[in-house]
Amino acid sequence: MIELTELTKVYESAGSRVSALGGVSMSVRRGEIAAVIGPSGAGKSTLARCINMLERPTSGRVLLDGEDLTALREHHLREARRSIGTVFQASSLLSRRTAARNVALPLDFLEVTRRERDARVQELLERVGLGDRAGAYPHELSGGQRQRVGIARALALRPSVLLADEATSGLDPDTTSSVLGMLRELRDDLGLTIILITHEMDAVREIADRAALIQDGRIVEQGRLEELMRDPRSALGSSLLPQPTPIASADGRERWRVQYVSGQVDPDWIGRLSSALDAPVALLAASIEAVGGNPVGHATIALPPRNPTQVRDVLAASGLHAEPAPDADAAADGADADTVADAARVSQGTSLTHGQPLANSGLTRVA
Amino acid sequence: MLATLTPISQLPELLLPAIRQTLTMVAVVMAIVVAIGTPLGVLLHDTAPNGLFPRARLNAVVSWVVNLGRSLPFLVLMASIIPFTKMLTGTTIGISAAVVPMSVAGIPFFARLVETALREVPREVTDVARASGGSTLQIIVHAQLSEALPGFVAGLTLNSIAMLEYSAIAGTIGAGGIGFLAITYGYDRFDTHVMIATILVLVALVQLIQFTGDRAVRHLKRG
Repeated sequence: MIELTELTKVYESAGSRVSALGGVSMSVRRGEIAAVIGPSGAGKSTLARCINMLERPTSGRVLLDGEDLTALREHHLREARRSIGTVFQASSLLSRRTAARNVALPLDFLEVTRRERDARVQELLERVGLGDRAGAYPHELSGGQRQRVGIARALALRPSVLLADEATSGLDPDTTSSVLGMLRELRDDLGLTIILITHEMDAVREIADRAALIQDGRIVEQGRLEELMRDPRSALGSSLLPQPTPIASADGRERWRVQYVSGQVDPDWIGRLSSALDAPVALLAASIEAVGGNPVGHATIALPPRNPTQVRDVLAASGLHAEPAPDADAAADGADADTVADAARVSQGTSLTHGQPLANSGLTRVA
Repeated sequence: MLATLTPISQLPELLLPAIRQTLTMVAVVMAIVVAIGTPLGVLLHDTAPNGLFPRARLNAVVSWVVNLGRSLPFLVLMASIIPFTKMLTGTTIGISAAVVPMSVAGIPFFARLVETALREVPREVTDVARASGGSTLQIIVHAQLSEALPGFVAGLTLNSIAMLEYSAIAGTIGAGGIGFLAITYGYDRFDTHVMIATILVLVALVQLIQFTGDRAVRHLKRG
């Protein structure tokens, strides 16, 4: 288990103070995959560097299985770092070492015997499916293979926590999926705790158990993935869900946006709604999937004018939250909210539960 | 004034010992230069703001000293440190006397070349090594210098050629070698045969060093 409490990091240079982290707290249980997501410049990489103690936080604590890493002196810190394996971006292999020698790096540093090292390296390479590429140099490997080597290296010293810092950035979607799949497999097999630092919503949706949205050096929202996705007010949750553009509805119909807020939504809810209101229900857009075994999702429907309270009540009985939807143009604007920038925009547009507007922090659209 | 030309058949007799002396001088100097210049280059790189152990003041001092060593033309440097040379070697002429100013000139040069080679290594390499639990020395040797090896060897090549050139200048203070030959025979006695021969030898040596160095760099870069 790893716990961050009130982490801050202030950079001072030539009289100016830049606060990169403004009090980040989160805790990740053993065997959990937690994602920290945010736009560029939000403090993600600083957070990563403070977790694996490449940089000391200015204040706050990093507790790894109860041990406060921030209190350690440099020498002990080296040992503590060994219990956190870090997977860097795909380009981070040593170019002059073969795959096997890259994986061996932490073992060389630990000065384990050659036989022990070689056995462990072979085991790790096989674990990541590269048993036959031990002698290949990084430039002879594909991006996905390089990243597998990076994962094997991070695992070399049997860490309890794996920190993946933009580990899938720059990889194509298929490769990203296979790398993420591997991380999940490692969690399942080894009980690893994984912290995934990323700007890719897809990666979060694919493997995270929990997610935290970081902006301007602060975590503005966090929670379990299904809960976020079921919370109609959650900007992070709605950006985690695909946002299909609704089709046009017939004139005179009212549009409703319906969100799954319970884990026990009756799949038959449209039929039930239709008979309860004695009205046809038009389905204009929907995205429904199982996350953690239970349905999450949302839909846009159109109904003949009805008493709003009645509509809400009927849907609430099925475990759904309903709100009148904005007109077609505004709805289209919310489409395809697949990135952090969109999450920020959504939260800005609807000014949610967070104290401040989450605007203009140099948000760039990341693909 | 009449020049006496050394017969071509006698040139090898004259040149071979000189080549041996020159190569000895360059080899000894390069050994000293690498031994001192490498740590100095690492210090320059790793005490800098983004280095492994940033120390602004130390960085400024080392940088200043290195620049000082590089700002004097070799002839001026050689002449100005004669008392130091004498203190170290007990003599002011000959090979051992030439080694001192050549090293003094070569070390800061090489330190900058090492610094440049290290700067070419992506910063992530250092991060990876730190996150892998390396000690400072392990990180420098197994990650930074190891990844910088092609650049390091290119620097070695460049520096060796510069030292070859300096050895010829040092010839003027009787350091022996090709330079001494060129000055005493070619310049003082207008012996065109020796002059041309020394030029050919110097050109050949430079080409040989560069060729060998380039091949080594190519080989190292491959993997």
